[in-house]
Amino acid sequence: MSQIHIQHGRIIDPANNIDRVGSVYIADGKIVSVTQEPAGFSPDTVIDADNQVVCPGFIDLSTRLREPGQSRKATFKSETAAAASAGVTTMCLQPDTVPVIDTAAVAELVKDLAEKSGYQQIYPIAALTRKLEGVELSSMLSLKQAGCIAVGNASQPVQNLLILRRAMEYAASHDLLLIFRPNDYWLGNKGCAHEGAFATRYGLPGIPEAAETIALSHCLELAELTGCRVHFGQISCKRAVIKIHQAKKYGLNVSADVAIHQLHLTENDIQPFDSSYHVLPPLRTDADKDALRQGLASGTLDAICSDHQPHDMDAKLGAFPETEAGISSLETLLPLMLRLVAQQKITLPQGIAALSTNPARILRLNSGALTPGFNADVCVFNPEFSWQIDADSWQSQGLNTPFWGQTMTGKVTHTLQAGKLIYCQGE
Amino acid sequence: MSSNLQLNSEGKLKHFLTLEGLSKELLTEILDTAESFAGMSDSQVKKVPLLRGKTIVNLFFENSTRTRTTFELAATRLSADVLSMNIATSATSKGESLLDTIRNLEAMFVDMFVVRHAISGAAHFIAQHTAPHISVINAGDGQHAHPTQAMLDMFTIRQIKQDFSTLRVAIIGDILHSRVARSQIQALNTLGAAEVRVIAPKTLLPAHVESLGVTVSHNLTEGLKDIDVIIMLRLQKERMTSALLPSESEYFKCFGLTENKLKIAKPDAIVMHPGPINRGVEIDSKVADGPQSVILKQVSNGIAVRMAIMAMAMQTSARSAITGSN
Repeated sequence: MSQIHIQHGRIIDPANNIDRVGSVYIADGKIVSVTQEPAGFSPDTVIDADNQVVCPGFIDLSTRLREPGQSRKATFKSETAAAASAGVTTMCLQPDTVPVIDTAAVAELVKDLAEKSGYQQIYPIAALTRKLEGVELSSMLSLKQAGCIAVGNASQPVQNLLILRRAMEYAASHDLLLIFRPNDYWLGNKGCAHEGAFATRYGLPGIPEAAETIALSHCLELAELTGCRVHFGQISCKRAVIKIHQAKKYGLNVSADVAIHQLHLTENDIQPFDSSYHVLPPLRTDADKDALRQGLASGTLDAICSDHQPHDMDAKLGAFPETEAGISSLETLLPLMLRLVAQQKITLPQGIAALSTNPARILRLNSGALTPGFNADVCVFNPEFSWQIDADSWQSQGLNTPFWGQTMTGKVTHTLQAGKLIYCQGE
Repeated sequence: MSSNLQLNSEGKLKHFLTLEGLSKELLTEILDTAESFAGMSDSQVKKVPLLRGKTIVNLFFENSTRTRTTFELAATRLSADVLSMNIATSATSKGESLLDTIRNLEAMFVDMFVVRHAISGAAHFIAQHTAPHISVINAGDGQHAHPTQAMLDMFTIRQIKQDFSTLRVAIIGDILHSRVARSQIQALNTLGAAEVRVIAPKTLLPAHVESLGVTVSHNLTEGLKDIDVIIMLRLQKERMTSALLPSESEYFKCFGLTENKLKIAKPDAIVMHPGPINRGVEIDSKVADGPQSVILKQVSNGIAVRMAIMAMAMQTSARSAITGSN
């Protein structure tokens, strides 16, 4: 296979504590060396990364590509193109496809779809319970053997704590990571917005923070009881950040992520009844946003995910509570992370670690770093490049972003996945 | 709420979806216009030709007798052609089919939709997606807004009390689920009421209710002190089965308006209710039918206020036209 030389870029590789201008050498799909030119290296491709950042490809802990079952919303073809253009080289797929990823056959179908799309590193998350109903355990071991990287119940709560306990014990028996979005079914009360001033003003059913923190507390207790490794997805409120901080300090083996839009938007940003802001967990308060940002800076929150949820137009066309929740967010992942750096909430290496090094650690992947011998998953981006979100620039089939029409700063120029150039700006 | 959607480029009313973002001047114009229509009801000829040739469709996705009837009467008295449709909510549970319903009716050359829907934001959604020449009047959407009801309440209050700036108004009951209460609170605050007080148990108040611009009491006896206007809200039976309240009788004991409780308010306090009344649940019959009750006055005023809003939204200079027609 080919040899690639990425030169003159600012290399940021948090796992190896590297932040300097230099070269990355790639051969046969693997990282060979950083900075030091290997003997006899004769590249057939040279990427000039002058004034650009070179970093590990991004690993997204929560993505929905809508296939199988909902190709009217998006396809592997459209969404892997969006991922590649966003510097994302590994994706974890939530199991709430149609059918649900609760059997090895569906997991294999997903792997096949990935293979055909030419985008290799797609890892399904297996359903924790059959049909995500929270009643019977899924065949977790078979699902693991079919390539599932973790188990989870997507957005569906497991109402019965005894079943959650047993599912976690069974997952722990097979050393499976549980990816858990804390959301108490009853307290959530089928709400569509944060239970705060906005929901009150517009008469929308609200979801209190307690729906998240109580489910989180239950799961933390069960993590201790069962020894199950747990990763909490899409944390949205201050009190949840505090609880995770306490649990980590206490010594529990847990980690957590936050969806990129939660770090920027609050209920105050919602344009009345604009369904592009309809997302779950809901956009909360300024105090919550600040706590999420601090949690990311302090490391309480390990990772940023896109929580990418592309929708068709019809899904978002209706009165706010009747529309489907979710934001198409792969392509805003990098620029919105860079916005946090520009606002001095986190450093650039912290932001990159939250998108690569830390998710790799959570998933126990030999990835998320430019370590020699690792797959050459590399993202090269121009941190100053300004672009507008419009029909010309947007790749995802889901146009459902509240950032539509806005100007973003920061754009990926090259994405390599296992040494293969899967995206090159302007091509 | 973007007031832009409700107002045309000249700042005149185009849609009437919510009271949020509407000025005191505009609300006062509605009340003044309604006043000019109010006298008509007593006259021999109850019609004006303001909306002759216009087609108004009452689109009721949720049942209603009072609101629909007064809208029908209001439109008829403005000489419009009126069609009332009751549409089962289940048939339009998805936004696309709601939009399809609208598109089909648009194709029949409709000039105005009067919309009632069980989901918050439905009227707003229709206004955003309907053809530009069509006006949309919100006749109640979910738990969000019921602006014509609030305006007829303001009209009734102004008839009796004249000046809002000295008034202390108590709204009592299920604020959480009430679109009427939300709109009343906005109207009263815009018109400059001295105080808007909500009185209810915590289970019937939305989170951060004070952010709407109200003071809060959980005790009717304390809450009624110094009150000039008492607005009772209807209590739905399902609040008992969803664990929001223990029983109707306990609710009546705590929050039901009786003659004795009424004495706590100012002696000239008026009692209002958007209807339909649950006698013996939120209000005692002696109070509902008593001398301080203006509940039936509210219903009659509903016609004039809705005529005013419809006429104004149709871009007709209603007041000059009515003067001309007299």
